[in-house]
Amino acid sequence: MKYLSEYRNSAAMKRLAGAIRREAEGLGRSVNIMEVCGTHTMAIGRYGIRKMLPGSIKLLSGPGCPVCVTPGGYLDRAIEFSRLPGTVIATFGDMVRVPGSYSSLEKEHAAGNNIRVVYSPLESLDLAERFPDKKIIFLGVGFETTSPAAAISLKEAGKRGIKNFYIFSGHKRILPAMELLLKSEEVKIDAFICPGHVSAVIGSRPYEFIPEKHNVSCVVSGFEPLDILQSILMVIRIMAKGEKPRVENQYRRVVREKGNRRALALLSEVFEEADTEWRGIGTIEKSGLVLKKTYGDYDALKEFPVKVKKTGEDKRCICGDILRGIKNPADCILFGRECNPENPAGPCMVSSEGTCAAFYRYGNGR
Amino acid sequence: MHSLIRDIFLRHFKGEILNKLDDSAILAKISEKYTVSFTTDSYTVNPLFFPGGDIGKLAVCGTVNDISVTGAEPLFLSCSVIVEEGFETAALEKVAESMSKTAKQAGVEVVTGDFKVVEKGKMDRLFINTAALGVSEKGVETGINLIKPGDMVIINGYMGDHELAVLLARGDFSIKSDIKSDCAPLNGLIQNILRKSPGGIRFMRDPTRGGVATTLNEIAGNASFGICLYEKEIPVREESAALCEMLGFDPLYLANEGKVIIISSKEAAGGILSEMKKHRYGKNSRIIGEVVGQPSGRVILNTAAGSRRIVDMLSGSQLPRIC
Repeated sequence: MKYLSEYRNSAAMKRLAGAIRREAEGLGRSVNIMEVCGTHTMAIGRYGIRKMLPGSIKLLSGPGCPVCVTPGGYLDRAIEFSRLPGTVIATFGDMVRVPGSYSSLEKEHAAGNNIRVVYSPLESLDLAERFPDKKIIFLGVGFETTSPAAAISLKEAGKRGIKNFYIFSGHKRILPAMELLLKSEEVKIDAFICPGHVSAVIGSRPYEFIPEKHNVSCVVSGFEPLDILQSILMVIRIMAKGEKPRVENQYRRVVREKGNRRALALLSEVFEEADTEWRGIGTIEKSGLVLKKTYGDYDALKEFPVKVKKTGEDKRCICGDILRGIKNPADCILFGRECNPENPAGPCMVSSEGTCAAFYRYGNGR
Repeated sequence: MHSLIRDIFLRHFKGEILNKLDDSAILAKISEKYTVSFTTDSYTVNPLFFPGGDIGKLAVCGTVNDISVTGAEPLFLSCSVIVEEGFETAALEKVAESMSKTAKQAGVEVVTGDFKVVEKGKMDRLFINTAALGVSEKGVETGINLIKPGDMVIINGYMGDHELAVLLARGDFSIKSDIKSDCAPLNGLIQNILRKSPGGIRFMRDPTRGGVATTLNEIAGNASFGICLYEKEIPVREESAALCEMLGFDPLYLANEGKVIIISSKEAAGGILSEMKKHRYGKNSRIIGEVVGQPSGRVILNTAAGSRRIVDMLSGSQLPRIC
């Protein structure tokens, strides 16, 4: 099946958009649907999905970009790690240009500190093997989609006897953030579109507390325009028929109810839940993953105690409000002026999954 | 990079011709009958050898194409090579052989050159600079100022192959693919269509770094017109499209080294397209969009899904998706 063209079939998209329009008219009120995944944010922008929907349906972007929710303090600590003798910081490309309080990894690289862009944690493990006299510190950022890869790389490190490899975990769990947003009631969320790849790991079952406790439906969605439109239709249909909110899985070709057992086992072997800070949101209980004591030898935090100054982010940057779905990038005085992809003031603009980057690139704000 | 060029070099070199920052400098003052075009470019590609080409082939094609897109016929090349001490002679031989073969194919002659060796560790293996001279008869003029709403946007084939081939050749991804760089000299193709329809071509540019999207934004940027692209018509090889999906790249922003964007009048478009398809480097040519009055200064895309969105300049570089 040539899924690239078939899941982007414009006739099918028009039919789905028409069905959404009819159901929304029947529903007769406005609806806020939030997605919490940077890839969804980008796909919605890229395919102009907002323009296909009736005005009564508002698509909100939540804290779905792992780089965007990484706090400035994490970056400052990574920068201090890079300044230590003999260290090599291995990071995903997006992190390189994110501004910390006083520098960025890109600037540190220009100043002569060793920063390497990698595409997976396993690649940084290979670096550690190739350069045994260096200390390779992998910046582990991402939700449940990427944390299993970090877990595997630690198990591999053990198997291969690699002792100069470390992880600085900034991994996060999306569910606590979703619950916080619902509890805070800062913005009315009528339904969630749930992240397809996170769900491939955790399954669709973990979302069940959301309709049970908060009366909000969740649809696990794929990333093609037909996936997203079908998911929106599924949400609107539940509401239009007055049915009890529930979890639905639109992304059946990838996501199973119980998730990926092996990945989940790996995660619970290597990581444990901890309270962790989210940029622009604050500390969320049990929302982060830290290395278990048994993997303490690989923990960069333990191995490299560094002093980090208290952070001060640009107060005019409203990434925090944008991440919580309260404001739009267009509401920010820096957006498109002082803050653009060349000179980002905050992570939402520099990350390839950031809401501000999506709005800037696909012109949703203009 | 643009701001460094503007703030340092343009400020010191001060000149009407240079300030235009065209692909080639068009030196109208030199001759009564001919306009001379002159250009230079440096090549630092990594790795040096990749499927479909190498730094030498690139150094000839890139510079030949910069002359060709101004409507001039490239004639003479200079070639300046800087190597790191200890660079393998066999590899140097391969590069020279490739340059010679490509120059012959393009019908241009390397007439002068320079060769320097730099201390080991002070540079990255091999850099090449080429400069070229070309001529066109006076009267053959193209320019952004000639572009009008209603004009058509044509490309000579598949987008993105070069950048993908180079990225895979670096070995950063453990992905096997048959994608080859599209690196090619386009002077033959361009001369054919100029002969076929001299008045019909408004402007040409080769979409290298930053891809078709960046090139079209450079054209429409400060203009009184906009450009509207049709996503369904944009040619991308199936394999390249699949790779882009996996890595999270947008083919509109990938570099090409054997592609030319031609903006032609509506009347001439059909004839130009059939002429292009006869040429080896134009078999997959397509009309991919048109020039519009509004929104001016912008490039927009009618998506295959039936919606519209803005296509902006590339900021920084495309990075593979994290998750």
